[in-house]
Amino acid sequence: MSLFAEYAISALLLFGGGFTLVGAIGLARLPDFYTRLHGPTKATTVGVGAIMFSSVIYFSSVDQGIDFSEVLITVFLFMTAPVSANMLAKAAMHIGVETVKDTEGGPWHQ
Amino acid sequence: MFDRLSFPQPWLSWVLFLTWQILSDGVSGGSVVLGLILAWLIPQLTHGFWPERPGFVKPWRMPAYILRVLKDIVVASFSVAWLILSPRSPRPAFISYPLKLEHPLAISILASTISLTPGTVSADISDDNKTLLIHALDATSDQEVIDAIHNSYEKPLMEMFQ
Repeated sequence: MSLFAEYAISALLLFGGGFTLVGAIGLARLPDFYTRLHGPTKATTVGVGAIMFSSVIYFSSVDQGIDFSEVLITVFLFMTAPVSANMLAKAAMHIGVETVKDTEGGPWHQ
Repeated sequence: MFDRLSFPQPWLSWVLFLTWQILSDGVSGGSVVLGLILAWLIPQLTHGFWPERPGFVKPWRMPAYILRVLKDIVVASFSVAWLILSPRSPRPAFISYPLKLEHPLAISILASTISLTPGTVSADISDDNKTLLIHALDATSDQEVIDAIHNSYEKPLMEMFQ
């Protein structure tokens, strides 16, 4: 493995790990259920993306040729994350989870 | 009789075929044969779940759209990360977004894009498919968020589907 690849992998891992950590902090710090939905869905998009890229670089530099199967993890995550966020939000609105006081507007009742 | 042997959704078949090639260890004779079988079988089995065939009018615009969304995800992630770490509390808001798109697939792509880009989650859609309820993490004004989504995501999708 070349020196450049090692630095790139380390940087991407740190970056991805940092974003996942911030997502976890957001889950703990944000005031209500709906704002907490934002923390984890964001961490997955950028954090997992960066970790996935480091994995692509690692396996491409260890084995011969470029290995793209990790990219599929991110593609599937991008397809499923919005659906799960939507279902969580819908369920929360259905059972009437309280919103934080300074929220503008409110859920519908249809 | 020949209906059974055809590919009712060519796009879905292509995606399944390519996904199988990436999943299997290198492209070989076996993976191509199995990929073709899956690309034929899965659309046949799931045919009943698609009420109408998704009509892609200008599919070549899709890569540019995906690149723009990826760029926005990275840029907006930093602002959300900053917001989480900063001491001030966010100003969350529920926003009713008036949809101009009509195609169900286009609406679901837009809703997924809104959920993926940091700071906004699409929470619900009205029964008449005309309004999308969005929860924004930190919104200074409703109109600003609506304009941003309309200009950067809904307009390209309208050009793609109509």
